[in-house]
Order: sequence, then C-alpha cells, then structure tokens
Amino acid sequence: MTESNHRAPLSDVQLRVKALESLLIEKGLVNQQALDAIIDNYENKVGPHIGAKVVARAWTDPDFKATLLEDASAALAEMEYTGIEGSHMVVKENTDKIHNLVVCTLCSCYPWPVLGLPPNWYKSTPFRAKAVRDPRGLLREFGLELSTDTEVRVWDSNAEIRYLVLPKRPAGAEGMSEEELSKIVTRDAMVGTGLIALQ
Amino acid sequence: MQSPALDVLPELPIGEGGPIFKEPWQAQAFALVLKLHEQGLFTWQEWAEQLGKAISAARAQGDPDIGDTYYNHWLAALEEITTGKGLVTTDLLASRKHQVQQEHQRLHGHDH
Repeated sequence: MTESNHRAPLSDVQLRVKALESLLIEKGLVNQQALDAIIDNYENKVGPHIGAKVVARAWTDPDFKATLLEDASAALAEMEYTGIEGSHMVVKENTDKIHNLVVCTLCSCYPWPVLGLPPNWYKSTPFRAKAVRDPRGLLREFGLELSTDTEVRVWDSNAEIRYLVLPKRPAGAEGMSEEELSKIVTRDAMVGTGLIALQ
Repeated sequence: MQSPALDVLPELPIGEGGPIFKEPWQAQAFALVLKLHEQGLFTWQEWAEQLGKAISAARAQGDPDIGDTYYNHWLAALEEITTGKGLVTTDLLASRKHQVQQEHQRLHGHDH
C-alpha cells in the first residue's frame, strides 16, 4: 500500500501516526520490519478463508468438531492457526433451534486470527447496540428471517474471549468435499449475520 | 439510548473478505498496537478499555460512530495508552509531528 498523492500535505492523522511510529522505533520498542510484517499478514494472508476452512473441517470431521466446540484454541492449534493476541477462542454451533450472533459491545473485539479484520458495520455503534436490544430485528436487517421457535443467542466478545459461529451445513451439501465446503462458508455466517445457502 | 437506524451504516451490503484498511495510516496504527501489545507493554484488556473510552468520548462529542471513524478512535486510544504508560510524551509527539510535517514539505514541496 502506498500513499497515492505524495504532493498533498499530510493529513493530521497521517502526521500523528508517523510521529508516534518514529518515536517508538527510536526507543527500540518496535521496528519497521515487524510492523510491515503485521500489515502484510493482515492484508494478504489472514482473512475469512481461514475460518471457512475451520468450519468445513468441522462439518466433515466429527472428532475435529467435538474438539472445536470443547476447546477451540486447541482445535485451531491443530490446524496450525493460533491467535495473534493469544486470546481465548470459543465456537458456538448453530442448530435448528439455536442461532448464535457475535458482537462486541465494548469496542470491536473480533476473532481476527480466523476472520481477518472486522467489517465496518461490526465496529459501528448501531450494530453493537441493536445486537443487544433487538437481535432478531438486527438479523432481519441482514436479511435473516428466523422462525419464531429459533432461539437467538448473542455472544458479547471481550478482550479475553472471541466468539466464532459454526454455521449450519446447508441442505444439499452432503456430497461436497471439505475443500468445496470451505468455499461456500461466508464471513457473515461465522459472525452470525448470515446463513449459508447453496446457489 | 438513541437508536440510530442501521441503514445509515456504510457498507452494510456485505462482500466476501470485507474492507481491510482504507488508508495506509490505519494499517500503521493497527500494527503499532499489535506490536506494542506483543512486547508486553499493555494487556489486551487494557487496550480494549482504552479503545472503548476513545469511542465513548468521540460519541459524547457528536461522532455518530458508524464505523468510518473507527481508526481515528483507534489512533486516539493509541496516543492515550502510549503517553499514559510513559512510552512517549505529548510534548515529544507534538514536536515530532511538526518535524514530520516540515520534512514532508521539504521533500515534496507545496501543492499550492
């Protein structure tokens, strides 16, 4: 990523970040290479495709699924995915009777290691407030009409626990391989704001 | 609490992958937090609280907080936590900011 217009004066936020970064580098608290590596990793390597692989494996491997629901961090470590902040991951399974929704009411805690960076709407106050006040109404805004006998459970993430939803495997996906399945799993389904349907 | 309508949210229609960083400074601010935390300079709990405070403060000043100013809050919280922990001082930050600006103008010239 490069700055598009070098001739333009730097904005206030650009100046503040550069000032802070250069001071912290001078003090030896961070180094440029490590910062670049983090940016590269989040921009190019970490994303919802990782979570999708985890979900696809859970759908096809009952033992893995059991471990995932019991101790998600251990299951992820098994797949060689570990959390950058070392926070605890908990996976909640959607069933015919239960739909899980993930939010962070404090700020925007999010299962980064498996989903990448959060979308804007996840970080917004309206989303955060409505997830708690009226989750069913919120889901309707995302196009999810849940039957009245489906219980909606809202999981409030925090600095210690990050939640991830294990979506329901869609009907008609019985014959699909783990790899094919991983391609139909969406980020929203893993946050709980989407369902997975076969096209 | 006021209940802003969700339809004011930018990017509510959802694509795969999701928005990453809109501008380079956002990625830089993001990486700084991760790195400082990794070095043990603050806990993730401390960071979450600091960010929560920055968001509340911005909202109290009228920011609708619909997601587009998120990294502004992130940067404000980063400045707070680094000065609060004595890693830098506000004076140093201000003078360095001035230097960076001077240097940028020297290298790239004025556009007007």
